[in-house]
Amino acid sequence: MIKHESIETNAGLLIVLTMIVISIGGLVEIVPLFFINDTVEKVDGVRPYTPLELRGRDIYQREGCYLCHSQMIRPFRDEWLRYGHYSLAAESQYDHPFQWGSKRTGPDLARVGGKYSNAWHVAHLNNPRDVVPQSIMPNYPWLMTTDLDYSDVQDRMRALKKTGVPYSETQAEYDRNVAKFGADVADKLDILHAEENLMKQALNNDYDGQRSRITEMDALVAYLQVLGTMVDFSRYDEGYFAEFR
Amino acid sequence: MAHTGIASTQQYNYEIIKKFAVMALVWGLLGMAAGVYIASELAWPFLNFDIPQITFGRLRPVHTTLVIFGFGGSALFATSYYVVQRTCQTRLYSDWMAAFTFWGWQLAIGLGALSYMFGYTQSREYAEFEWPIDLLIAVTWVVYLALYVQTLRRRSQPHIYVANWFYMAFILATAILHIFNNLAVPVGLFSLKSYSLFSGVQDAMTQWWYGHNAVGFFLTAAFLGMMYYFVPKQAGRPVYSYRLSIVHFWALSFLYMWVGAHHLHWTALPDWTSTLAATFSIMLLLPSWGGMINGIMTLSGAWDKLRTDPIMLFLITALSFYGMSTFEGPLMSLKSVNALSHYTDWTIGHVHSGALGWVAMVSFGSFYHMVPRLYDTRIYSTRLVYVHFWLATIGILLYITAMWVAGIFQGLMLRSFDDYGNLAYTFVETVAFLHEPYVVRALGGAFFLSGVVVMAYNVFMTVRQSRVEAAEIEAKLAAKLARA
Repeated sequence: MIKHESIETNAGLLIVLTMIVISIGGLVEIVPLFFINDTVEKVDGVRPYTPLELRGRDIYQREGCYLCHSQMIRPFRDEWLRYGHYSLAAESQYDHPFQWGSKRTGPDLARVGGKYSNAWHVAHLNNPRDVVPQSIMPNYPWLMTTDLDYSDVQDRMRALKKTGVPYSETQAEYDRNVAKFGADVADKLDILHAEENLMKQALNNDYDGQRSRITEMDALVAYLQVLGTMVDFSRYDEGYFAEFR
Repeated sequence: MAHTGIASTQQYNYEIIKKFAVMALVWGLLGMAAGVYIASELAWPFLNFDIPQITFGRLRPVHTTLVIFGFGGSALFATSYYVVQRTCQTRLYSDWMAAFTFWGWQLAIGLGALSYMFGYTQSREYAEFEWPIDLLIAVTWVVYLALYVQTLRRRSQPHIYVANWFYMAFILATAILHIFNNLAVPVGLFSLKSYSLFSGVQDAMTQWWYGHNAVGFFLTAAFLGMMYYFVPKQAGRPVYSYRLSIVHFWALSFLYMWVGAHHLHWTALPDWTSTLAATFSIMLLLPSWGGMINGIMTLSGAWDKLRTDPIMLFLITALSFYGMSTFEGPLMSLKSVNALSHYTDWTIGHVHSGALGWVAMVSFGSFYHMVPRLYDTRIYSTRLVYVHFWLATIGILLYITAMWVAGIFQGLMLRSFDDYGNLAYTFVETVAFLHEPYVVRALGGAFFLSGVVVMAYNVFMTVRQSRVEAAEIEAKLAAKLARA
């Protein structure tokens, strides 16, 4: 039995023991999450973001949207009625970083995709009180007037690829994506055609209602409109996802 | 203390402590002003003025970073350098290393705040610094660790005093947390943007392991170190129980690291992890209250000091808020309570009863004790210390009661149904309800901020007074020498 005095009189021992004591909790709780297979549900449909959605997500982070909006629906009746099916871990598997949030000053956005029209989002982001009179959200008028900078979108995708997101650069990676997501999606995940794909998506959908230019509004609305839409829940039994919890 | 003044400025490096103490006040004023402003934006959204740099989403990390790392961090650097030198009876190991930690830390805080306003953020709460600033912080922190350890090793006392254990644990834990939570891949060498190495559920777990231990070690363990030095000093009595401080230290260090996942109850994090975190959160009540009791009972037999000594009032009130918020924390980590409280302002209120009530109050008390000793004089005005105390206390009470009302009522409204089983309220109806609590909260923040303005004035006048006194002594000496 050592006396506590021997720790108090030895700085090295104090440091080593403290390090051991503070390391255990994190090791036990974090490391297994990378190795237990059931941590992320097995489900079809979740794909990485297209270049335009990715830039929209960057803007979502830049403006600090996550500080007032969560993207994590909990398995409660009121949340089911308000927002939809509870969120799966699989749905944020390509989110670097996660955007689950910690505070709902505004409503959850995990399944906001497809709930409102593009025009509604544009009006709402320009001045939320035009469509929701009691809203306390700031106006974001500059999104509409700022051209989207997508000069480094390939670098952004390459950085994400390094973290494990399956964007493709080689033919082999592209073929793998075709097998996993189908040819339509695989095309959009091709880093070499990123700018072209981004322009195509923005012009085809014209999210911001200004056909002549691609603005930050295009990107942000493209991102909002894809949130929570990737998994087709009608294809799964009610009890299936509970097996993973 | 006056007679040891001149000797101790040579014996100890007080210059670095003065610098950090001043910057703690500067960041405190700026950070709390930012806090009052964003609180007002939530009450009156026109205050966003359509200016990107000052919208709520960009200014909120400025507030948290300036108060936690600017004010809290600088206060910890200042007091840890003071405590380690006094209790080890030795000078800091190296003056240039101390200066390096000062400039590195201030630069990181300043650059961080600016970078958020201009849209560069990792979007991880309390770890928003982008990667180049993270690297700067890492280097600064390693120098801090080395300096602290080397100073401990030079001590002329056989024992390492308990306050230093806590400061040491804080430095070590912060290093681990900072490094692992900020693993990221930059977009390019000349791009400020980076993407987190982890994603989704693992990323969330890592972030809240960090996030809660920023509270556990940065905002608790380190400030307990402050408490273990300044409470006994100001009370003029030894720590209540030596045995309790040992148990408290090891239990707190061990348990805190497990509890982060209580921020992720009912999410896509597996149940086993969040249940484990809830269990440890309940256990954490014991060492937390052990520490509180050890601090408060140090005053046992000298309770009358609360009537005569405003510094003691700050320190004991801080410990009381510490006890209250460490009771509220385990309560909120229960899954059933968390189902209501999570995502609401109750969490914000809880954080502030800890941050304003405990962290800021214990720092104010310690500063009022330390600053006159650094400048070898007395505090300029004891009456203003009282004024500060009451402004701060009223501010905190307004703040946390407003947030209890906001959080609990919003939680109840969101989960209520009408007779047909439909939702009774839309989301925006709950937002409209929050207006009045938000006004009261902003008012509470304004009270607290005005207290710090009073403190800054008092400290400024104290420093000025010390200069005048020093000049008088010099003049007398010169006159004496001239006569001789």
